[in-house]
Amino acid sequence: MADFLLAAAGFVLAMVALGLVRILRGPGDADRIMAAQLLGTGGIAALLLLGEAMSAPGAADVALLLALLAAFVSVAFIRGAARTEADGA
Amino acid sequence: MSLASDVLTVLAVCAGAFFFLAGTVGLLRFPDALSRLHALTKADNLGLGLIVLGLLFHVGGPLAALKLISVWFLTLLAGAAVTQLIARTARTGGTPE
Repeated sequence: MADFLLAAAGFVLAMVALGLVRILRGPGDADRIMAAQLLGTGGIAALLLLGEAMSAPGAADVALLLALLAAFVSVAFIRGAARTEADGA
Repeated sequence: MSLASDVLTVLAVCAGAFFFLAGTVGLLRFPDALSRLHALTKADNLGLGLIVLGLLFHVGGPLAALKLISVWFLTLLAGAAVTQLIARTARTGGTPE
């Protein structure tokens, strides 16, 4: 079972890493932050899977922290986008 | 009982991994920002939700299970709020297509 969970964590991480291509291609800032948000969620999923596979219960705490930080990142981006828009207008 | 819970774990984690695959493919292939956001939210909510569901069969005690569910719940709340804000930024923020 641990091998399966490890493989699943690797698969999710590979998918999320592939999604980061969207940060390179853009075209808008919103698309880039979407890829970053997918990285956050995929990181949480991979952490939970790894914590269960390696029986390290502390990984769930790290995942909880990552969920909080991923939310902060997007909110900070949106506030920054609103500010530059107001400055430009 | 152990075999049944293992099978359920494998099924749910596979389904969650499939949603991450679908979310990545949608994020890369969909034509505009709002449909990409649609693909992203499926990966966020269902992918993580199914993986958490799969791990729930495997976890030690009720406290650890509660922690897993709270991780998912926090992601749901944050995702629901942030997705609305990203969609508004994508609509009004002048993202050139």
